[in-house]
Amino acid sequence: MNKNYTEIIKKNQVKPRYLRNSIVAFVTGGLVGVVGQGLSDLYRYVFHLDKNNANSLMTVTLILITAITTGLGIYDTYGQFAGAGAFIPVTGFANSMTSAALESRSEGVTLGIAANMFKLAGSVIVFGVVSAFVLGAIRYLFFH
Amino acid sequence: MIYLNAFLVAGTICLLGQLLVDVFKLTPGHVTSYFVVVGALLDSFSLYDRLIDFAGAGALVPITSFGHSLLHGALAKAEEMGFFGIAMGMFDLTASGITSAIIFAFLVAVFFKPKG
Repeated sequence: MNKNYTEIIKKNQVKPRYLRNSIVAFVTGGLVGVVGQGLSDLYRYVFHLDKNNANSLMTVTLILITAITTGLGIYDTYGQFAGAGAFIPVTGFANSMTSAALESRSEGVTLGIAANMFKLAGSVIVFGVVSAFVLGAIRYLFFH
Repeated sequence: MIYLNAFLVAGTICLLGQLLVDVFKLTPGHVTSYFVVVGALLDSFSLYDRLIDFAGAGALVPITSFGHSLLHGALAKAEEMGFFGIAMGMFDLTASGITSAIIFAFLVAVFFKPKG
């Protein structure tokens, strides 16, 4: 029964379109990099910000664009089309926070929006902080 | 030239993420979490800094740069404050991104209605 079940599942599973998905992820992800570079250069050479401020403001701009397009329902459609090209860039991080908050708004501002905002993005922050702390401690204690 | 590099590097990182999803059946949540750890690991020997010099936003935009920035801020603060600087400086470089993501996500959730 169990074996039968896994066989049926295997037979009926839709095989991912590897080549199509890879090309789309490569192109869309690459374009986000180009847009980011364009914004960074705009802030740097037109608004005369220094390099670090320009890059921070570039990230903030991408996050703002993602939040608005997520609110309008555009980013989720785009995400289904682009796959990793949509969730690997920082825009995917912003999208996960905005969509988690938006979907929970019916539960109220405190227990809905505020409590659920990091439901998906939380794992990225936890993994990031834990790994950065461990690596930072090793670097500081042994290679300082 | 930097634009071509940005395209190639950001595209390649996303391509790797897509392969992890398609071939190894990982969820996007797993891939982004692992990529952050990879970014922090690549901060060792300044590898990620070299990637940023080479590709600009192409290296800053993917989520790997989040792990790199966390570790970078932590070590910079540890340099001046001692061991506990690791905790104090952890969010130094990513603060603007996280703060704006919270503010914008909050405003959108309050003023927009979910679609679909």
